[in-house]
Amino acid sequence: MDLDFNAEELAFRDQVREFLATALPAEIRDRMHRSDDSHIRDDIQNWQKILHAKGWGAPAWPVEFGGTGWSKTEQYIFETECALADAPAQLAFGVKMVAPVLMRYGSPQQQQYFLPRILAADDWWCQGYSEPGSGSDLASLKMKAERDGGDYVLNGQKVWNTLGQFADWIFCLVRTDSSGKPQRGISFLLIDMKTPGITVRPTRLLDGTFEVNEIWFDNVRVPVANRIGEENAGWTYAKFLLGHERTNIAGIGASKRELARLKQMAAAQPKAGATMLQDPLFATRIAQVEIELRALEITNMRVIFAEAKKHAPGPEASMLKIRGTEIMQRLSELQMEVLGPDALVYRDSSGEIARETSTYLNLRKLSIFGGSNEIQRNIIAQMILGL
Amino acid sequence: MDFSFSDEQQMLLDTTRRFISERYDFEYRNTVRDSADGWSRETWTALGELGLLALNIPEQDGGIGAGAVGTMLVGNAIGEGLLLEPFLSSAVIATQAIVELASTQQRERWLPTLASGELIAVLAHDEISTRENPLQVETRAVRDGDGWSIDGNKSVVYHAPAANLLLVSARIAENEIGLFAIPSDAAGVQLLPCVTVDEQSAAAIVLKDVRVSGDARLGGDAKVALQSALDIGLAALCAEAFGAMQKILNATIEYSRSRVQFGAPIGSFQALQHRMAEMLMHLEQARSMSYLATSQCTDPDPLARRAALSAAMARMGQAARYIGQQAVQLHGGMGMTDELNVSHYFKRLLAFELRFGSTDQHLEIYRLRLQAA
Ligand SMILES: Cc1cc2nc3c(=O)[nH]c(=O)nc-3n(C[C@H](O)[C@H](O)[C@H](O)COP(=O)(O)OP(=O)(O)OC[C@H]3O[C@@H](n4cnc5c(N)ncnc54)[C@H](O)[C@@H]3O)c2cc1C
Ligand SMILES: Cc1cc2nc3c(=O)[nH]c(=O)nc-3n(C[C@H](O)[C@H](O)[C@H](O)COP(=O)(O)OP(=O)(O)OC[C@H]3O[C@@H](n4cnc5c(N)ncnc54)[C@H](O)[C@@H]3O)c2cc1C
Repeated sequence: MDLDFNAEELAFRDQVREFLATALPAEIRDRMHRSDDSHIRDDIQNWQKILHAKGWGAPAWPVEFGGTGWSKTEQYIFETECALADAPAQLAFGVKMVAPVLMRYGSPQQQQYFLPRILAADDWWCQGYSEPGSGSDLASLKMKAERDGGDYVLNGQKVWNTLGQFADWIFCLVRTDSSGKPQRGISFLLIDMKTPGITVRPTRLLDGTFEVNEIWFDNVRVPVANRIGEENAGWTYAKFLLGHERTNIAGIGASKRELARLKQMAAAQPKAGATMLQDPLFATRIAQVEIELRALEITNMRVIFAEAKKHAPGPEASMLKIRGTEIMQRLSELQMEVLGPDALVYRDSSGEIARETSTYLNLRKLSIFGGSNEIQRNIIAQMILGL
Repeated sequence: MDFSFSDEQQMLLDTTRRFISERYDFEYRNTVRDSADGWSRETWTALGELGLLALNIPEQDGGIGAGAVGTMLVGNAIGEGLLLEPFLSSAVIATQAIVELASTQQRERWLPTLASGELIAVLAHDEISTRENPLQVETRAVRDGDGWSIDGNKSVVYHAPAANLLLVSARIAENEIGLFAIPSDAAGVQLLPCVTVDEQSAAAIVLKDVRVSGDARLGGDAKVALQSALDIGLAALCAEAFGAMQKILNATIEYSRSRVQFGAPIGSFQALQHRMAEMLMHLEQARSMSYLATSQCTDPDPLARRAALSAAMARMGQAARYIGQQAVQLHGGMGMTDELNVSHYFKRLLAFELRFGSTDQHLEIYRLRLQAA
């Protein structure tokens, strides 16, 4: 047993670090560091183009589709280093979600058209799963798609579409049959957002930002050729998608970055003639989260190690998701607490928003989306414990 | 032992609740939030007409003299309604400071207009230096002929942009703090307005050679009165927080009854039932601590008072955090939206944790006292 990376892995890490130090534009890094989303579309797209030029646009794709062919460990190292360096996270909806589905179940035409465009950041993708009545119980979704010649005609509503305001394409689960078990009448469609009949309405969140949207479909015609695989088999593809690319689900890199920032903030905040970092109670709180993170980092590597052997991500991902998001939420709480009453000021006289407070509010989402932490616990109870 | 309220006290609560349900529903509240001022003059005047701005004015000064319990009950209702008006700042804290310190002449000048709502006063006390020691004021007042000249920086004063009168605490000598009534448009006073996380208007205040006459000063050394006003304010803030906790828990229970997933109301899932049972226990512990704060906030023994108030803040802070976070969680994505009231209660409860010292700070105050004993 050896908990450390081997020489090859360390060399790979250094190569990634060197690349990040030179290739990540300073203004993008600074904005990410300040959690400034004002240029988020361009920042993500431009970074994807830089990665693509380097041949690193799709760390987890196989080489034949333009991927890197990296091992799980290398993918993990890459994502961790990117987060530590304040690089924008890649837009998951394209590279990590719809792309694996296309590679596994898409037609050759779909693959040839969409995959290179995802890699080159030509298209912005968003995910259309949730509906007002279907959140945790996704299979109950109702958005109707009826066949009319070579098209499906779509009517209904999707909600919570992250960054859908920028989307060129959306992948949707739609209902093509309501006669049998809910899971059996679902199809997986790729939809051009410029199609007539689509309306995007932003949803204001508690932190005052607009990162999710409602999307309305009013007689929207989608060519049958834009369906993935078989009609009514969409649930299989959706489950396949959920099981994919979970090496970074724990967000170890992002948490390490925020932990370091927390310590810096605490060291700079005066307290009783010393600093918050010297304060026994507060330092103990930091110690607790740092220890939890260290444990999760090792757990995460164990999962990666096991996955590399049996090639199938299992329900262990639920553990990584729950603990990973709890750690991120805890770090955001502590960063806000360091500020003391300064955290009260949400918008100051220059209109500037308090980063720590708005991040704390915003990150409540982590335990709700991507399968809520309650649903993840149900999965652990059922799939791991066999209850 | 008696946990019942008198008829007069119950009436105060009922009156305030009725006013809020009739005149200050969530939709109206949000139009107030989005208005330029961020609070409603009309509502404020109506509160004055109901007598709610005279709660902390003694009867001999023409007020109601409702005491801490009356203030608590009205505070509950204000938290339930997420009011954005300066009740706590002006009608509780500033009024209390004036009542404790002001001369007969000053009382006659200010108390009637405070009661009607025409005058809004706020205590401008907090500074960077008061974070660790509430009476460590760096703002200075020096003699200037018959009057005073004042210099300093005050941080996040709730409702300062709404106020006509600032009650500014300033150090006069090593061990003496004076309280000065300064019109907010006086020369040398600069307000840097901001919006707080719970959507209230506030401002940092810069005071540069602000000249006031001798009669602007309230009483002599203001330390005892300041602490008293802050403590009565703290108890009222606890009451507001309790009102918000109760509402957000009720909203969550209701939502869990109506939101259906997997063919059943989510409230039928035991995982969520236990969570809500936990929230209820936090709520009841918080209610007890709010009662403790109310009954002890005027305790003449400063050590006993500190311990009780810090215990209340520490325990209620934990309740606010747990109940607020879980309420958002149990609402799923809807809990993240600006549209539902849940997120607004969540933010009000967050501000509660930050305004009068954090949970950890109060735990520390309590611990130090325990170690000293
Ligand atoms: C910021 C944000 C971004 C999102 N982005 C996207 C996106 O891009 N695309 C997309 O399709 N969706 C997106 N979502 C939607 C997200 O996937 C859903 O919010 C999530 O599935 C939960 O569904 P819900 O909000 O309807 O909550 P509900 O399912 O109504 O759940 C409410 C509460 O009940 C609990 N609960 C539900 N069922 C059970 C059970 N059986 N046992 C125990 N507890 C249970 C939940 O955990 C939650 O606490 C996003 C959500 C948010 C908040
Ligand atoms: C020290 C001691 C003294 C006792 N004295 C007495 C006595 O004087 N007289 C007497 O009659 N009995 C006595 N008891 C018995 C006691 O009342 C039972 O142990 C208790 O009712 C639990 O029953 P059980 O042990 O069969 O556990 P179970 O009922 O089998 O429970 C096992 C676990 O499952 C949980 N559980 C069960 N049902 C649910 C549910 N619906 N939802 C969620 N969780 C659930 C329980 O909380 C527990 O954690 C005593 C027990 C102890 C340990």
